[in-house]
Amino acid sequence: MKIDVVHVAKLANLPLKSEEKEKFEKQLSEILSYVEKLKEVNTENVEITSQVTGLENVTRKDEAKPSLSQDDALSNTKSQHNGFFKVKAILTE
Amino acid sequence: MKLNELTIKEAREGLKSKKFSSVELTKACLEQIKKHNKDLNAFITVTEKEALDQAKSADELISSGQDLPLLGIPIALKDLFSTKGIKTTAGSKVLENYVPQYDATVVKKIKDAGAVIVGKTNLDAWAHGSSGENSDFGPTKNPWNKEYVPGGSSSGSAVSVASDMCLAATGTDTGGSIRLPASFNNVVGLKPTYGKVSRYGIIAMASSLDSIGHFTKTVEDSEIMLSVTGGKDIMDATTLEKKHEVKPLKKMKIGIVAQYSFMGIDKNLKTLLDNADKQLKKLGANTEYISLPNTQYATACYYIIQPSEVSSNLARYDGIRYGSARQNFGDEAKRRIMLGTYTLSAGYYDAYYKKAMQVRTLIKQDFNYAFKKVDAIITPVSPTPPWKLGEKINDPLKMYLSDIFTVTANLAGIPGLSVPIGFSNGLPVGMQILGPQFSEARLFQIGYAYEQATQWYKQKPKL
Repeated sequence: MKIDVVHVAKLANLPLKSEEKEKFEKQLSEILSYVEKLKEVNTENVEITSQVTGLENVTRKDEAKPSLSQDDALSNTKSQHNGFFKVKAILTE
Repeated sequence: MKLNELTIKEAREGLKSKKFSSVELTKACLEQIKKHNKDLNAFITVTEKEALDQAKSADELISSGQDLPLLGIPIALKDLFSTKGIKTTAGSKVLENYVPQYDATVVKKIKDAGAVIVGKTNLDAWAHGSSGENSDFGPTKNPWNKEYVPGGSSSGSAVSVASDMCLAATGTDTGGSIRLPASFNNVVGLKPTYGKVSRYGIIAMASSLDSIGHFTKTVEDSEIMLSVTGGKDIMDATTLEKKHEVKPLKKMKIGIVAQYSFMGIDKNLKTLLDNADKQLKKLGANTEYISLPNTQYATACYYIIQPSEVSSNLARYDGIRYGSARQNFGDEAKRRIMLGTYTLSAGYYDAYYKKAMQVRTLIKQDFNYAFKKVDAIITPVSPTPPWKLGEKINDPLKMYLSDIFTVTANLAGIPGLSVPIGFSNGLPVGMQILGPQFSEARLFQIGYAYEQATQWYKQKPKL
């Protein structure tokens, strides 16, 4: 199993140093080869388990309730402008 | 006996009868932290001032006749639990300066029960690891021998309890992160049923597997802690309450997993486990062999599901609203993000994530079938005793395989209680008692009977 580390890192928005690529490629390929083991298991007609205690459609009333104040919400950011989070431009001309 | 060496139960009695105050008890814990934290690196943050304030209030409440389950008891929190106004790092440089605006539900419940919070404990960054070595704030050391790992990811919590820096500590268990360090430190660790304890406000690792539990010195204390932390929470839709019947140990059947004796268990550990089995029989339980055939696929299954969910949970760290930039993730987080991104990416989803979620069903069915024959199952926690610092750190796959006996409980959503069963070359090891979903009371019952008969918890590391 070989994994294209550069492509995957790009999808995950994860900056990698060039010396990291080789190391991660080797380690991740080893792990992926190990998990190939699952191919031995016959899972025909087996349902998936995503909610392990069997709960379904847990809902609550959609009511507005007090939440964080604007100041609290911004208390951990260095990137703000006029009470808003400031982000990099995503559209360019 | 020093105050910080007491159990919750003993300390509650002493506080109630005014033998000592919560301030004295808290000071004894803070003193122990000051003496030994430099060597053991169990705490990332010590909240001395807040703790002494809380202890003073607790003493006032005790004087006014208040009775709360943790009133005046010093407790440490894994640094993955959001604490209002107190730095919460997840063991990662990414959150080095993050100060939450709210308390996790469990933190609120523990505070409401009167506890004194002494600090935030060290962990593998984002709870990713089995040794504690993935912390960006340096590894925690095993108090029984500082050249050995304390187990992870809740390494600081286990060590803080083992070395009497607090009376109990919280942890999280996604694939063994409570049970493994509990067993490596001669303390009791509970991974509750999935959904028994609220996950709200606890930094998420893998949301379909994360269980919120704790470390204590005794089984009785573990039960006290769960009575505080457990229950339905409107902020976590996966929480629910269910009761399970309890019966005397003499009427119980306990399963030993037939396959596990062939799975490379350390020789000393095997002997200790056989002794535990004999002890349970002496206490009146019947033991019999059962089969969990799909265990051989559990690690592979887990290392698809867990990184997939990790990659999704860690996607929120953009370095804009809080925390620093994504290049500050450590190696293990990067590996898991990339693995998960790969297994969830277009064209691979069916072959990896979906396949693993089907195998998960088969692993769960193994347990359902076994629990028709037996009331509980005992297994080793780890295939080996604690290993040396550095031994597995450059071989992630080898590190992952240390979780072989613990991941199955997370995949099946069942509870597991890790209890001490003795020492191998001076280092502690444990067994886990597994039961059906919501059978915690039964696990406490078995664990308590075994603990009373063996009293391993009375052994303390020489610091």
